[in-house]
Amino acid sequence: MEFTFTPEEERFRHELRTFLAAQLPADWSERDFLGDVSRDEQRGVDDAVTRALADKGWLALPWAKQFGGLGAGHVQQAIYTEETAYTRMPGGGGAGVASVGPSIQRFGTRAQQEQYLPRTAAGLDRWCTLTVEDDAGSDVAAMQTRAVRDGDEYVISGAKTWVSGAERATYGLLAARTDAKAAPQDGISTIIVPMDAAGVTVRPLDTLAGERDLSEVVFEDVRVPVQNVVGRENAGWYQMQTASDLERSGVGVISTAKANIERLVEAARDDDSLIARNPSARYELADRWIEIQVGFNVSYRVPHLQAQGQQPDQEAYEAKLYGSELTQRVANTGMHLLGLAAQAGPGGRYAKLAGAFSREYLRATAATVAGGTSEIQRNLIAQRGLGLPRD
Amino acid sequence: MDLGLNEQQELLKNAAREFLENECPESHVREMEEDERGYSPVLWGQMAEQGWQGLLIPEQYGGVGFDFLDLTVLLEEIGRALVPGPYMSTVLGGAVPIIEGGSEDQKKEFLPKIASGELIFTLALTEPSARFDEQGVQCAATVSGNDVTLNGTKLFVSDANVADYMVVAARTGKGVTLAIVAKDQPGVTVTSIQTIARDKQCEVVLKDAKGQLLGAEGAGWAILEPVIQKYTVAEAAYLVGLAQMDFEIAVDYAKERVQFGRPIGSFQAIQHKCADMVTDVDGSRFITYKAAWCIASGQPAADTQMAVNMAKAWTSESTRRVVAHGQQIHGGIGFTKDYKIQLFYRRQKRAELAFGDADHHRELVAQQLGI
Repeated sequence: MEFTFTPEEERFRHELRTFLAAQLPADWSERDFLGDVSRDEQRGVDDAVTRALADKGWLALPWAKQFGGLGAGHVQQAIYTEETAYTRMPGGGGAGVASVGPSIQRFGTRAQQEQYLPRTAAGLDRWCTLTVEDDAGSDVAAMQTRAVRDGDEYVISGAKTWVSGAERATYGLLAARTDAKAAPQDGISTIIVPMDAAGVTVRPLDTLAGERDLSEVVFEDVRVPVQNVVGRENAGWYQMQTASDLERSGVGVISTAKANIERLVEAARDDDSLIARNPSARYELADRWIEIQVGFNVSYRVPHLQAQGQQPDQEAYEAKLYGSELTQRVANTGMHLLGLAAQAGPGGRYAKLAGAFSREYLRATAATVAGGTSEIQRNLIAQRGLGLPRD
Repeated sequence: MDLGLNEQQELLKNAAREFLENECPESHVREMEEDERGYSPVLWGQMAEQGWQGLLIPEQYGGVGFDFLDLTVLLEEIGRALVPGPYMSTVLGGAVPIIEGGSEDQKKEFLPKIASGELIFTLALTEPSARFDEQGVQCAATVSGNDVTLNGTKLFVSDANVADYMVVAARTGKGVTLAIVAKDQPGVTVTSIQTIARDKQCEVVLKDAKGQLLGAEGAGWAILEPVIQKYTVAEAAYLVGLAQMDFEIAVDYAKERVQFGRPIGSFQAIQHKCADMVTDVDGSRFITYKAAWCIASGQPAADTQMAVNMAKAWTSESTRRVVAHGQQIHGGIGFTKDYKIQLFYRRQKRAELAFGDADHHRELVAQQLGI
């Protein structure tokens, strides 16, 4: 048993921190946390960081060298996730590196690999994943977006929603129904769609947190060549299930939680009144601190097992479940500590910590929904992990 | 980062599990609840033959010389099997203080006999004030050369009813002072306390009781600090094993128990409890290992202290959540004494409270955070 990292991993962490300190504006993480960053600045820093990562070969860190990556081990990938989340680094490989690229590597044709992977690893193309629909949320296989074969093309119609990064994506990896008669899971294919194709419309969604980082993407008779299908036609559902080798530690949210609790602890040290008037908030802070430590352990267990060639599905569901709920507890603690002023929005004269926690509090509602609800995680742990019967 | 056990620890774990499944079945646990001594000398001897009492004791004093992480692995198994008796009292409350603060003569006198199973020890720390800190030690001591005379009451002293010796924390004008006190003497009166775990915790009244100095007069707390750290993590490890077993029993039951024509484990209401149980058990295990690793590998004192407090704060409550779910999943049968799950529920509370509940450790975490 060893709770430290190897010298190589420590070297990487150090090099990454140095890199982030050089690439990000000096007060970036603080200003981004406080919401004091304009959309244009956000994009500018995102572009610059993404380019710099690509130059170092870090953008596609986990990919094999032949595809433009460095073949980083699982623990190293988790360290990357941890450090970039802690500094609130914008940019990076996004869905293209995390899920689309690996899918093309595993199931794509050589032509697809040559066409898409180098540009993605170089940060020239950005991707979004187009999977979830209004009526197919947790029940993803119920999707109704159709891709109908017409000669050498698919004609796509339907709508996807809660899509991250759609506005800046050059491509989307779409999951669509290619066999309307088959059982739900047996008629789905994954298809590469250029986001500038005729008939693709991206409509940003206004979220509860007052942000516009999610979109609805509508397809109206969008035509793409049949060779854009990744892997076998109608095997898309099963291909999407094989995510076991990806970075899935969930350590990013733990790291963000740590940074946020550190902010609160610092605020409580600076302003005694926060705790003096609110003694139970002090224990809450201590609890969150402890829970963060538990979270790091639960998260790093995943890459540790992956590095040993195991497939830690249950452990990854546990990490996701734990991290999501911790995110909400941290937001609640922030609100509790700051008292009446906690509700004052960002930038307001009477806000504490510039109102950042009011935003975190609203954002956190998504934590137990996005990427699989906590209910689904518990189902997966119970059914796939513990072997409890489905019915 | 390696959260797994090494080969020696795997061997220890597997051997302990197999041994305890055979030698410490549920029937034995129940029998010892009713037994006046609360332990089986036969089992005690078998444990000693396997080197368990001497696990931490250096080889030169008749022990095995394993490290604290190894002990943590064994304690998980002891918690899993709910092993009754004075194992933790003797190892953490006797061997560890003597290793930490004993003279060479004391080490030679006591450690081999602890390792061989010949002597039972316990730590008499807490008093009617029920505090675990230095100020909580008010029992009076006077020191003359190597001899100590003690007056006061120690409370919730585990296994004092069967202990041959107690390590007593007392106070002189120079501060907290430790003494090794033989139980069988006129100045020592031991009375068992009825507890919900039906373990053997005792009131120990000392009236001019005689003992020998352990460490220097006034240096007792410095010796006790690492002892308390280890004992605290040991209780956490016991809880991890206990909670793991409670969880396994509950999942098995959920698969077998049929209501409304289907196993109750097919209901999401039950599945989600099971998912929460395993998440809590795993969370408990690794934060406990982290604390044990800090101790075993000699991490900086501040880091170790924080890790110990975090481990006990977390496991105290997470394992309570686990055993509460275990009860709920079992429904009515869980409330009967006939069924085994209640054995875990009652014992969880003992270990939750031992060496500080979550509030105690949470407070220490808050202090270390500077808030």
